[in-house]
Amino acid sequence: MQLQVQFNMKQELYKYILGIADNSLILGQRLGELTGHGPTLETDIACTNISLDLFGQVRSYFQYAAKIAGDGRTEDNIAMLRKEREYVNVLLVEQPNTNFAYTMARQFLFDVYHLAFLSELEKSKDLTLSAIAKKCIKEVRYHERFSSDWIKRLGDGTEESKAKMQEAINDLWTYTDELFHQTEADKAMVSEGIGVDVTKLKDAYYKQVNEVLEIATLKIPESKYFQKGGKKGIHTEHLGYLLAELQYMQRTYPNMEW
Amino acid sequence: MSKNWPLWEIFVRSKNGLEHRHFGSLHAADAEMALVNARDVYTRRNEGVSIWVVESKNIIASNPEHNGEMFEPAQDKVYRHPTFYDLPDEVKHM
Amino acid sequence: MSEEQIKNPGTERSRSLEKQFEARIARDEKIEPKDWMPEKYRKTHIRQMSQHAHSEIVGMLPEGNWITRAPSLRRKVALLAKVQDEAGHGLYLYSATETLGISRDEMYEQLHTGKAKYSSIFNYPTVTWADMGAIGWLVDGAAIINQVPLCNTSYGPYARAMIRVCKEESFHQRQGYEIMMKLANGTPEQKEMAQDALNRWWWPSLMMLGPTDAESIHTEQSMKWKLKRKSNDDLRQQFIDQTVPQADLIGLTIPDPDLKWNEERQSYDFGDIDWDEFWQVVKGHGPMNKERMKARVGAWEEGEWVRDAAMAYADKKQERKEKQVV
Repeated sequence: MQLQVQFNMKQELYKYILGIADNSLILGQRLGELTGHGPTLETDIACTNISLDLFGQVRSYFQYAAKIAGDGRTEDNIAMLRKEREYVNVLLVEQPNTNFAYTMARQFLFDVYHLAFLSELEKSKDLTLSAIAKKCIKEVRYHERFSSDWIKRLGDGTEESKAKMQEAINDLWTYTDELFHQTEADKAMVSEGIGVDVTKLKDAYYKQVNEVLEIATLKIPESKYFQKGGKKGIHTEHLGYLLAELQYMQRTYPNMEW
Repeated sequence: MSKNWPLWEIFVRSKNGLEHRHFGSLHAADAEMALVNARDVYTRRNEGVSIWVVESKNIIASNPEHNGEMFEPAQDKVYRHPTFYDLPDEVKHM
Repeated sequence: MSEEQIKNPGTERSRSLEKQFEARIARDEKIEPKDWMPEKYRKTHIRQMSQHAHSEIVGMLPEGNWITRAPSLRRKVALLAKVQDEAGHGLYLYSATETLGISRDEMYEQLHTGKAKYSSIFNYPTVTWADMGAIGWLVDGAAIINQVPLCNTSYGPYARAMIRVCKEESFHQRQGYEIMMKLANGTPEQKEMAQDALNRWWWPSLMMLGPTDAESIHTEQSMKWKLKRKSNDDLRQQFIDQTVPQADLIGLTIPDPDLKWNEERQSYDFGDIDWDEFWQVVKGHGPMNKERMKARVGAWEEGEWVRDAAMAYADKKQERKEKQVV
């Protein structure tokens, strides 16, 4: 009986880690698409840096998850060999790089959440997760500074940039609520003192986001309808194509080392 | 197309105890952006602990054509250097 | 005063300046941005340095093509960091060129209109993952041979930029060779992929070191100004001599039936290079010329509203600050 409980716990912890790491994985992949195509060289380099930070985080999480699974699977198996329905990132991070306003709006809406989340994860009873959070938090604090600055620049820049940024915020707003939905793994981990209760982050999140939008002279979207499903593996149509690229080599040439 | 992003000169202190050194330049719309760009461009490999940015147009430089009167007069003022002064051989460290 | 001097004092002065200038370079003194320099020196440097910068930027595209498909997370971060370095190197070089009185925008304009060239090798497609290995190993290998002597070139800002570039690039070739090694020691399918990449990148890499000395127009002047330390043919020989043993070591075959060790020269003899292909690509008819330019121009044009917005925002902020002071 005791063993069974431990086994279940391990499974929940594994799922919980995927729930965190998949966000970084998919967002990192999206940013990686932009390398070489940024609006200036300087911005290109900056966005690649964020992508690199995120992939670094992914590796720490997946290496830990692989250890927990303990069945020989690796960080790459976990990252690249799951089925579409098994990815549990939020819908927000898989949205495409429609233009630079979308890219920055997506980044900002995620960064504010990510920073608050890591500040809590740092207190986790799980020492590995706490250590990862401690390292990531510095990176993400910088991401948040970078993306907030761009929200202000584009929001309060020209008429054209304002319109584009407003459109991006309006479109992506519908994916923000999902950030605060609890999964079963979340609940299990919260009760163990390992996980973060994301429902508690919501008010501060919207307060902070709204403040930045106001400084950026942007309108806060009024929509009360939100999309969800990512955390349960039900994604937008964009994710399949992203995975097709992410998984291409591992699928085409199975069981090889690179 | 309107104005281009101005050029900024980047100075980085590689560790405390050392001076800021000129690392290069880059383009940015404003000072805040110049700072973050400098961080991403010039300290990717852990090269710095402090960054200064100065818009290039604010740097006043001496004119190399005046190098004669600016710098050559200092060349023959040997009495500013310790080797100008004779000491007996017995004095080893001074 | 001679008659000539009376008639044309300006020319005489510039001739003597030029003599002094050449003497400074011969003494291994560095030339700095505000120093007097012959117009030809300035122009030649703008041409070579901007071409170098363009090559870095266009060079991001063939490798960038595989970032989303890298086979492992370790490879993905290495590739991202490498392509990002190329952006950094382009930036260092553009900045160094700007000290000669040309703006980055003007240089972009020259690239986008086809007036300025970039390294032709980037006009070949990257069709498999092994191309990431071949590019790192061969293309970066050839680039390093070209670049290391430039750390000591006569124009200060260029030399300083190159020191940074060379320092950072030391990992690029290694990561490429490591990819090739892993493939060559992998499954038959992987080894075949590696050999195929070597077959496709070998000759373009040799061409990358420039036309044969007989056909190279800039060499003599460039040697004097330390823009070049060795001739194209010498560099090519050096590249071949260092690369062949590396291929042997991982069991890959250089695709040149005429390749043979020459005991007397202590160097490899090699087969004829298809210079027609080289000139065709240089003239814009390589497999990827159009796509590469389209990608660069596209990024620049799509970025315009972003750059404008940032500038408008900076101006507004400045205005507000000034108002507060008043």
